[in-house]
Amino acid sequence: MEINVKSSGQVTVVEISGDIDSNTAPLAQDQVLPLAQPGSKILLDMSGVEYMSSAGLRMLLSMYRQISRGSGDIVLVGLSEEIKDTMSVTGFLNFFTTRDTVDEGLQALA
Amino acid sequence: MERIERIDIHPTHTHGEFKLRAGRPLPFGATHIEGGINFSISSRHASSCTLVLFKKRQSEPLAEIPFPDEFRIGNVFSMVVFGLDYESIEYGFRMEGPYNPQEGHRFDPTKILLDPYAKVIGGRDVWGGQPDWNDMFQHRGRIVFDDFDWGSDHPVEIPIEDLIIYEAHVRGFTRHPSSGVKHPGTFAGIREKIPYLKELGINCIELMPIFEFDEFENSRTHPETGELLLNYWGYSQVGFFAPKAAYAATGKFSMQVDELKALIQDLHNNGIEVMLDVVFNHTAEGNEHGPTISFRGIDNQTYYMLTSEGYYYNFSGTGNTLNCNNPIVRNMVLDCLRYWAAEYHIDGFRFDLASILGRDPWGAPLPNPPLLENLAFDPILAKCKLIAEAWDAGGLYQVGSFPAYGRWAEWNGKYRDAVRKFLKGDIGLVGEMAQRIQGSPDLYWWRGPTASINFITAHDGFTLADLVSYNYKHNEANGENNNDGSNDNDSWNCGWEGPTDEPEIHALRCRQIKNAVAMLMVSQGVPMIVMGDEIARTQGGNNNAYCHDSELSWMDWTLLKSNADLFRFVKNCFAFRKAHPVLRNRTHLRNQDYVGSGYPDISWHGVRAWQPDWSGTSRILAFMLCGKHANNGQTQDNYIYVAMNMHWESQVFELPGLQQGMQWHVFANTIMPPPEDVWEPGCEPLLQDQQQFEVGPRSVVILVGK
Repeated sequence: MEINVKSSGQVTVVEISGDIDSNTAPLAQDQVLPLAQPGSKILLDMSGVEYMSSAGLRMLLSMYRQISRGSGDIVLVGLSEEIKDTMSVTGFLNFFTTRDTVDEGLQALA
Repeated sequence: MERIERIDIHPTHTHGEFKLRAGRPLPFGATHIEGGINFSISSRHASSCTLVLFKKRQSEPLAEIPFPDEFRIGNVFSMVVFGLDYESIEYGFRMEGPYNPQEGHRFDPTKILLDPYAKVIGGRDVWGGQPDWNDMFQHRGRIVFDDFDWGSDHPVEIPIEDLIIYEAHVRGFTRHPSSGVKHPGTFAGIREKIPYLKELGINCIELMPIFEFDEFENSRTHPETGELLLNYWGYSQVGFFAPKAAYAATGKFSMQVDELKALIQDLHNNGIEVMLDVVFNHTAEGNEHGPTISFRGIDNQTYYMLTSEGYYYNFSGTGNTLNCNNPIVRNMVLDCLRYWAAEYHIDGFRFDLASILGRDPWGAPLPNPPLLENLAFDPILAKCKLIAEAWDAGGLYQVGSFPAYGRWAEWNGKYRDAVRKFLKGDIGLVGEMAQRIQGSPDLYWWRGPTASINFITAHDGFTLADLVSYNYKHNEANGENNNDGSNDNDSWNCGWEGPTDEPEIHALRCRQIKNAVAMLMVSQGVPMIVMGDEIARTQGGNNNAYCHDSELSWMDWTLLKSNADLFRFVKNCFAFRKAHPVLRNRTHLRNQDYVGSGYPDISWHGVRAWQPDWSGTSRILAFMLCGKHANNGQTQDNYIYVAMNMHWESQVFELPGLQQGMQWHVFANTIMPPPEDVWEPGCEPLLQDQQQFEVGPRSVVILVGK
């Protein structure tokens, strides 16, 4: 799993690629959480993510909530059809704000 | 405030590359703890136990870690293993102990055993996926996340008298291509059909067994077509704490726990309760010739009812009988139900062959079975519905006498038998029908009508459409020479056996289905139908379709269109029942006027008002419910009059007079072609002739007095 961080104006764009599971989820969390400061805007670009396990889903939700609680804003972008379907079927999808493309995600955070 | 770290979470032992420490006996099974997994299993007679770990789906173990004897507390082996890649491993146990079948011991350390408390079981992740038959560990424990954000969800707690139960098979409900769902045959598939269930008007879905089972158990080929016959119904559990992976669209990702919880949450949001059909009377291990999966190798003498020579008692008809009143097994059953009630928010349980749960370890029926008492008084299960199929395959028949402790309801087989006979025009039924319609006070006089689950069809036996289309069972496709399945169907084919183009027969069959549904809906007690009865689902006359994973047993959704009129009739009947509390009393009707309305709470009529025909050759019965007596007189409802004419000629019924200002309206008249066979509750048209009503041959008429 790889993480790539860059900026787009006020928004921190985090590109994740590969699999997010019990092995890689803690690494993702370690890298992304420090980016979240009060008032920060984070766009998680998931278009490179091929697979998320149960652990991955939970880490994602936990991280999402921590950022939201710390009065940051966060959006998930580019979930594959299969991952979106899996998240929907397991009851996870509703917790997140999601968009299909990076541009739409940036707009949602504006 | 910073949490202070526990002082007992560091490894103290090693085994190869694995770090260990003594575990905690409770809870049983595999549990996430800080830094590791706690494994715990008990066995009364094992001398030692080894934890066997696999990388998922590998045939050779990754590691075998014996439980150090100093970790054992009593008969419980527990251990924490640190640093496990918990999402990628599977686990089981080897147990050493005596091999002495006559004494009841069948320990075999060459076998790897499934944890009875496994919350997720791997090995049959995708339905029908060809197993590796060389694998000596077919059903494997996996580590689950038991956290789930339920939000504000909680068990629905609909009063039992208000339930309309829909018995459904998870796979069969949406597997047919015509279902149009994204994930056919799965929990996710059911979720997509929630709008349909809401429109139909049911408020409780009873799922046929969802605990992990092996669809390949007893698999064999179809004698004619060569197709594979599987264990489709699933009345044979491999484990009791894990939902069947192959019933989940995400089963291949091991996410069945979340998927099922999400389904339950969605059903609850839509006001629908979830009841589970649970099978504690036997396991998938069969008798001594069956596979050793779990219990036989862990503690055979504890888990199974055994004869004095060590053979397996067979009160279930399937090879073995779970020893439910043994204290250890009893605790497991209690743990299991508590787990489903608390962690999955299950609203109720229907117990298959429940009379077995009242037998002692040697098979004798107990007057005060500890297990049934435990379940009736358990605090976590206190608001769950408990329903017993109050018989077993060993000759015990306890409808009306099941040890109920004031809590257990029963599948009322006598209701089914009486209504089926009355429906097909048998004589000598009117007296019994009067009891069944009232919620069977003859059987449940000290309980109330809510002890009676009224049903005309269930998974065992004909569908409603087949009940009126076949005189005889046709189970040849089961490969048992049509010897399996019940012969006592009390069915009538309306003049021809099976499919026919004859319009009159077709019309009669349709009417008979409506008659059955109408009678069910106006009976006191709790009604249940089988999935698809509302659209005349047929199994081609097969009354024991347990092995058919095919169009024979799947719900054909095209029938919703072709039988739209029937669906409309059933839907309106459900709505009618929900609109009238006088049909849903908690206490027995007294056949008296105790509120001073001038009418008894229930009164009986024949072709002459106030003069029922109780004679032995009578095929007609009418009754009237006084709306002022609803709910013991505490609720005001309309008056309801029902006339049931099971004679082949029409009869003119004199109507009982209503009070000044009230008039009879027609809700349903099954002889009429749609749309005049039934009306939307509240929109019933006024009866022109308030004195009498001509009820057609073999029809039911329901009137509302308001």
